[in-house]
Amino acid sequence: MRSISIEFPGVKALDDVDFTLRSGEIHSLLGENGAGKSTLIKALTGVYSIDSGTIQVSGKERTFAGTADAQSAGIATVYQEINLCTNLTVGENVMLGHEVRGRFGINWRATHAKATTYLRQLGVDVDPRSQLSGHSLAIQQLIAISRAMVVDCRVLVLDEPTSSLDRSEVEQLFAVMRRLRSRDVAILFVSHFLDQVYEISDQMTVLRNGKLVGEYHVGELSRSELISKMLGHELDELESIARTASRTIDRTGNPILKITALGRKGSIEPTDLDIYDGEIVGFAGLLGSGRTELVRIIYGADRSDHGAVEVRGKSVRLSSPRHSSNHRIAFSSEDRRAEGIIGDLTVAENIVLGIQAKRGWLRRVNKAQSDEVVAQYIESLDIRPVSPHILMSNLSGGNQQKVLLARWLATAPQLLILDEPTRGIDVGAKAEIQREIAKLATAGLGVIFISSELDEVLRLSQRVVVLRDRRKIAEFDNHESFDIGDIVALIAKEGAA
Amino acid sequence: MGALFALVLLNTISRPSFLSITVKNGQLYGSIIDILRDSAPLMLVALGMTLVIATRGIDLSVGAVMAISGAVALQIISKSTSPNRIGTVLIAIGIGVFITLLFGLWNGFLVAVVGIQPIIATLVLMLGGRGIALLITGGFITTITSSPYAQMAQGHLLGLPLAFFFSVGAIAIIGLLVRRTALGVLTESVGINPSASRLAGVRSRGIIWSIYGISGLLAGLAGILYSSNIMAADSNNAGFLIELDAILAVVLGGTSLRGGKFTLSGTVIGVFIIQTLTSTITFLGVPPAVTPVFKAIVVILVCLSQSSRVRQWLGRIRHLRGAKPPIRLSGLETEVLAERKSV
Repeated sequence: MRSISIEFPGVKALDDVDFTLRSGEIHSLLGENGAGKSTLIKALTGVYSIDSGTIQVSGKERTFAGTADAQSAGIATVYQEINLCTNLTVGENVMLGHEVRGRFGINWRATHAKATTYLRQLGVDVDPRSQLSGHSLAIQQLIAISRAMVVDCRVLVLDEPTSSLDRSEVEQLFAVMRRLRSRDVAILFVSHFLDQVYEISDQMTVLRNGKLVGEYHVGELSRSELISKMLGHELDELESIARTASRTIDRTGNPILKITALGRKGSIEPTDLDIYDGEIVGFAGLLGSGRTELVRIIYGADRSDHGAVEVRGKSVRLSSPRHSSNHRIAFSSEDRRAEGIIGDLTVAENIVLGIQAKRGWLRRVNKAQSDEVVAQYIESLDIRPVSPHILMSNLSGGNQQKVLLARWLATAPQLLILDEPTRGIDVGAKAEIQREIAKLATAGLGVIFISSELDEVLRLSQRVVVLRDRRKIAEFDNHESFDIGDIVALIAKEGAA
Repeated sequence: MGALFALVLLNTISRPSFLSITVKNGQLYGSIIDILRDSAPLMLVALGMTLVIATRGIDLSVGAVMAISGAVALQIISKSTSPNRIGTVLIAIGIGVFITLLFGLWNGFLVAVVGIQPIIATLVLMLGGRGIALLITGGFITTITSSPYAQMAQGHLLGLPLAFFFSVGAIAIIGLLVRRTALGVLTESVGINPSASRLAGVRSRGIIWSIYGISGLLAGLAGILYSSNIMAADSNNAGFLIELDAILAVVLGGTSLRGGKFTLSGTVIGVFIIQTLTSTITFLGVPPAVTPVFKAIVVILVCLSQSSRVRQWLGRIRHLRGAKPPIRLSGLETEVLAERKSV
């Protein structure tokens, strides 16, 4: 791709960007908020049309008027959300559009057999007649990659494939990627996990603000050099956050929230927990350990079977999000697309929604109040683009998360529950959000913070709660001497017991 | 808006008297006036339908509900000793509309609380409602003579048909309700993403419940107008297939059937398009059996002209590459922008 430029109303998403992908190479695309990564990929896969510049595939210049053109040029994509048909079987998904046809229509036996061959080539052993929805996200992703192989792709684009995978599943994916690389497939790998980028890639391309910063061999740059190229400035913000995290918490008065034996059958075992003013409690644990289930029950998004909840010493029943909101508890879901973003409303409407919901339908938040609140948060959270009248769906993931955070902060909560607030967003936004959380906690806000990135949990929390297999197995005050290894050991130890 | 303009133009060309308005006894007459008057029941129903569709729902029962309100009101008046008193008429209307409000709330209960799919929940009343209306009238088509009641559909105020003022009133009240309070934006929020709205603390259940109630109330009022026109409670024909016209008006107006953002002014235009269409067809002498086909063709043409894809295609033909759509808060332009931006 040479001199690619793409412009949208109000923003130049890509400005004269060059990008080269060679066969048999795993190439990572890195960049911050609005750096242009997803725009570049969408140009490559035919979703967007280019305003200027050229794309050459195997030496021949091509124009992609749509995704079908890109596919016929041998470019296949696996998105973060997978985009397969969950109601169909594995085999049907793999062979979608390329089923084996006989004289009387589709030969399903042969189709499923062929699906198995493709799956086996990637080392995936799954019954092709099983329902897609019955498999984990990790397996679904590998199935999506098999599908790409069916259409004989020469270029495979993987957009944030590892966000929802655990360590062993990531290993499995990387093994598949290496296998494909040995077959001369060119792989474009987009991820925010820098460790993984260093582990798997051969080359890295860094974008910043729509411009190309450079292409580097993976051994050329150290992690901090890479981050500073992505952000354009030295990153000591994260260091300053660590310093504020080590505060002492006054636990003598009434806790904001006290749960006793709160649980739900099949979801989370009865659990006790206290949270005090200004305290950040971090939940650590593997996928499926019950962290999300527990906070959803606390917030009233799901019903509990047993247990009691006290807010500031008073017994309450938090049976719905409305009740919790009335008690000034806020919750940001881990699935922001399904449970956070109101895509067709503007940024301003999304931010004001929390306040409006509290006030009810009759008392509308007037324009002056709305403008003031919205402007305040756009500035303090550095939301881009700065216009409050842009549709929420047009923002990047990191900015969307900030808007959601603004929605909750605007309601002036006393307890803020954040489930994976930094998932799927870039380094810069991650740092900004963590810094904001630390700042708010220092000012007195209580926070429950869930993250699969244990270094974030350790950086921010005053107290860490470890969960495994739907149970709380440990709780301890955070100390500078703790590191990720200690938590992992805790999880492993309990498992072995 | 363009489609409406085109229809008006077509009419004026084929019969120059279309646009003429005459004055008799201080009242205005003419084809345009007829459209303003005859569109009132559809306007009421379509306004309610817009809100229901915005919540990702649908209300198929509006026609049957029209029959019910007419039946109730006429039964009350026919059994009353003083059918010509305004008081009696007002009570009859009040009770008729109240009953349909309850039916609307019943629909809302099924959808919002029990969780039944709107199409099924309202289908039940669509099928059973006319039977209920017939039960109320004892199986007859109740007729009455009551001059106050007749005034609504047949009378005039300030020279314009009284029925038209029903339309105007409904548009004004619903418009204020939706844009002056937060009901509009909360409804859109619920329609666009119900789970996110619920987690944000929005009273999704209450909003959906109330909106079905409003739909029932408006349909009830439409039924009163209809029965006032013929001074009879015709349970089989009242509002027959009006739900389809209402849905059509909403869609023509630009509100998406997927729910979420809605436009009341769009629906108003949609209603006028359909009413003008009916008037055109009648005047052109198209046999009644062919009318639906004619309507369907025009509707398809309007939908094509609204489709962003067709617009893009036309744009390409006219070599208008490079024209960027503006960032707009509502309307169809955002569809194009969102299409470009969608994953």
